[in-house]
Amino acid sequence: MVRTGLAQKALELKGITKEFGAVKALQGVSFSIHKGEVVALLGDNGAGKSTLVRCIAGLYAPDQGEIHVNEQQVTIRTPQDARDHGIETVFQDLAMIPDFDIASNLFLNREMLSKNPILRWFGWLDQQGMQKRARKSLNRLNSRLPDFSAKVSTLSGGQRQAVAIARAVNWGADLVIMDEPTAALGVEQSAQVNELIKLISSQGVAVLLISHNMQHVLETCDRAVVLYQGRSVADVAVSDVSKEDLVALITGAKVAA
Amino acid sequence: MSGLLLMRVPLRQLLLRKEAYIYYIFLLVLVLFAVLLHDTAFLSFDNFMNIIRQTTPITVMAVALSFALAVGHIDLSIGAVVAVSALVSALLLQNFGIPVAVCGALAVGGLVGLVNGLLTEKLQVSSLLITLGSMSVLAGFARQLTNLESVPIINQDFNFMFGGGDVLGIPVLLLWTLGIAALGYLVLNKLRFGRHLLAVGGSPNAARAMGIQLQRTRVYALMISACGAALAGLLYAGRLQGARYTLGEADLLTVIAAVAIGGTSLFGGRACIVGAVLGSWLMGMINNGLILSGFSTNEQMVARGVILILAVAIGVKESKNG
Repeated sequence: MVRTGLAQKALELKGITKEFGAVKALQGVSFSIHKGEVVALLGDNGAGKSTLVRCIAGLYAPDQGEIHVNEQQVTIRTPQDARDHGIETVFQDLAMIPDFDIASNLFLNREMLSKNPILRWFGWLDQQGMQKRARKSLNRLNSRLPDFSAKVSTLSGGQRQAVAIARAVNWGADLVIMDEPTAALGVEQSAQVNELIKLISSQGVAVLLISHNMQHVLETCDRAVVLYQGRSVADVAVSDVSKEDLVALITGAKVAA
Repeated sequence: MSGLLLMRVPLRQLLLRKEAYIYYIFLLVLVLFAVLLHDTAFLSFDNFMNIIRQTTPITVMAVALSFALAVGHIDLSIGAVVAVSALVSALLLQNFGIPVAVCGALAVGGLVGLVNGLLTEKLQVSSLLITLGSMSVLAGFARQLTNLESVPIINQDFNFMFGGGDVLGIPVLLLWTLGIAALGYLVLNKLRFGRHLLAVGGSPNAARAMGIQLQRTRVYALMISACGAALAGLLYAGRLQGARYTLGEADLLTVIAAVAIGGTSLFGGRACIVGAVLGSWLMGMINNGLILSGFSTNEQMVARGVILILAVAIGVKESKNG
């Protein structure tokens, strides 16, 4: 599959910095992701991966630097800004409300409202419509879920992951960020998530994948961006490198050419 | 209200739900008193209407407090808001009509809730401490307002609307109870706003990540809670045809017990309006039963405390299982 053929950049970061007091979490991170591309964001603990994700997702405001979405500079101050710009994030903790059912989580803060204009004004929910749409979008991702009215807290880790990914891609996102999507999953479920990632990238969605699993990265990603002590130190095509190369870049043992 | 639920949920499912214990406790207490007090008027229609009428302010406060609890807050100032609201409406009625008095009282509630909410959010202090403080401020203010004097209300229309009136043979206070309960149920379960309240209480991080504004939502919840308490103040004033600084003073514990035993989590994210209403009636029934059994006010206080501890114990156990 030739994914880099899609020339347009879905996301471009230029010199992102973020400090927490004396701690310089990000000291100038720059890279870009094209449409339909799957890019791994790698780095040791404390390299700044999570901070960077939070900057793109609107949970932190970067101190300096530019974020370009679809080749236009944007300002992302809140999670809603990020979503408005077509950036969806699958957080490591999945950001689910355990007591809500699948549809309610899928539509959290994007609820479908009743078509009746008066009820709509009050914010009356169209619960049946949401159930229907939820079913559709999860079926599209080939996820097998037993009961759509089940509370999310009763689902398995893999099922929850599927709901979280469905939520991210349900809104026609241009960029989906996934923070350790397979960390809590078994072998079979991880394989399912990999399939999902391939599926959505084939639909032109750019994916930024944070992972510690090198095998996973080599199987699913086109490129890898490596962070080291808050800087982007390497940006390599995955087909050009071995697992050992990546590990060496992550630990700082090797510096990219 | 349970009728409304029955229409949507099969009866069997309803009776097996986790929150269902309130129904059983309610029935158990009912049967217990019915047997123990079989030679009194306990088991009479009039007595039950009486319980519901007397409990109306508690029910309204319980529904309103459910909103604060839904987002993970607690509001200890509700009892003191009752007194201030009742006094403000009684004083306004001396010179103005009902609309001004009602708006004035509700505005007091809204303002108290707004201040509680803003202080909690801006100072990042637990609502427990903020509302504990505002409770004391308001209680002092209520005493100061009329120098401990009570204020009679001679406006009979007001007393009809918020107290002893009947519409087509149905007590106005019963209509208030059902109306507020239905409103609370619809807002929490059918409106986007209610879902957001529960989302904020259930998982603040997830709600924030999905773009819900935590601070604003939480402030609204505390405003609803205080407005409900202000309405309860009007209902007390109407029934007693006057206001006094002691109104609502002893209600806080009763309301928290009613809400907790009704299946609302004291830690946010889960609120059950039907349970809050039944819980408040349960508390009213227990009070009534204890009086008819000849227990003193002191002993009733002990009973309320024990019930609260039991309710919280059950609630905490449930949320750990869930």
